[in-house]
Amino acid sequence: MPTTRRQFLGLAGGVTVAGTIPIVTLRPIEATPAMLNTAIRNVVGEAQIRNGRVKLDIPPLVENGNTVPMTVSVASPMTADDHVKSIHVFNEKNPQPNIGNFYFGPSSGRAQVSTRIRLADTQKVVAIAHLSDDTFWQVAADVVVTLAACTEETN
Amino acid sequence: MAALINVPSKAKRGDIIEIRTLTSHIMETGFRHTADGKLVPRDIITSFACRYNGTEIFRADLFPAIAANPYLSFFTVAKDSGKFEFEWIGDNGYSTTASASITVE
Repeated sequence: MPTTRRQFLGLAGGVTVAGTIPIVTLRPIEATPAMLNTAIRNVVGEAQIRNGRVKLDIPPLVENGNTVPMTVSVASPMTADDHVKSIHVFNEKNPQPNIGNFYFGPSSGRAQVSTRIRLADTQKVVAIAHLSDDTFWQVAADVVVTLAACTEETN
Repeated sequence: MAALINVPSKAKRGDIIEIRTLTSHIMETGFRHTADGKLVPRDIITSFACRYNGTEIFRADLFPAIAANPYLSFFTVAKDSGKFEFEWIGDNGYSTTASASITVE
């Protein structure tokens, strides 16, 4: 589909706005490529995904995509009635859209997980939380990668 | 295989404690090629579970996007003295376990 003048101006305006706020920003899910969307739909089904509640700590700029520290947490009382069932982390441009699925329960006490991930390119990372009331919450972060993972040859 | 586990040895009942685990594994993605163009087959850990006195408190599905030597940190409520058991399962029949004990006062 050719880009209309209106769409182009809209995009350009968006970029200008984005330039004035921090690199880690919230964005609606519509902007994601098809593979990422499919992976997310496989997890959440038809449910609505709302923005917020999830916190994704990841460096906005990483030198080495082979190991990127990441912490995901959700503000939740973690009681039997109100807890986080799972957190799912996705990426946009690695060969596979999934990064990890993490499952919690009321005995977790705190809905937080830290790990180290690989990023093959400068891209967006999305974390989605599944709460015990079957609502889904998401947050996205943009990460700039200077040395990509996965692409190098082995010796 | 070597695994590093970090669990507080003592905790007060009801405290939220952090558990950190690190295991040595290549986590070969299955997307890399050798210099002569052959695909290096995937060899990753696909799942991790932690049980506290027999009850599962944390589980994770891992994908090739998890860095080599997977590190995981998570939390639990210290309820009773006892044992944490950790299990990693992966490709090519990979399986390894570790355990740690805790005293809850």
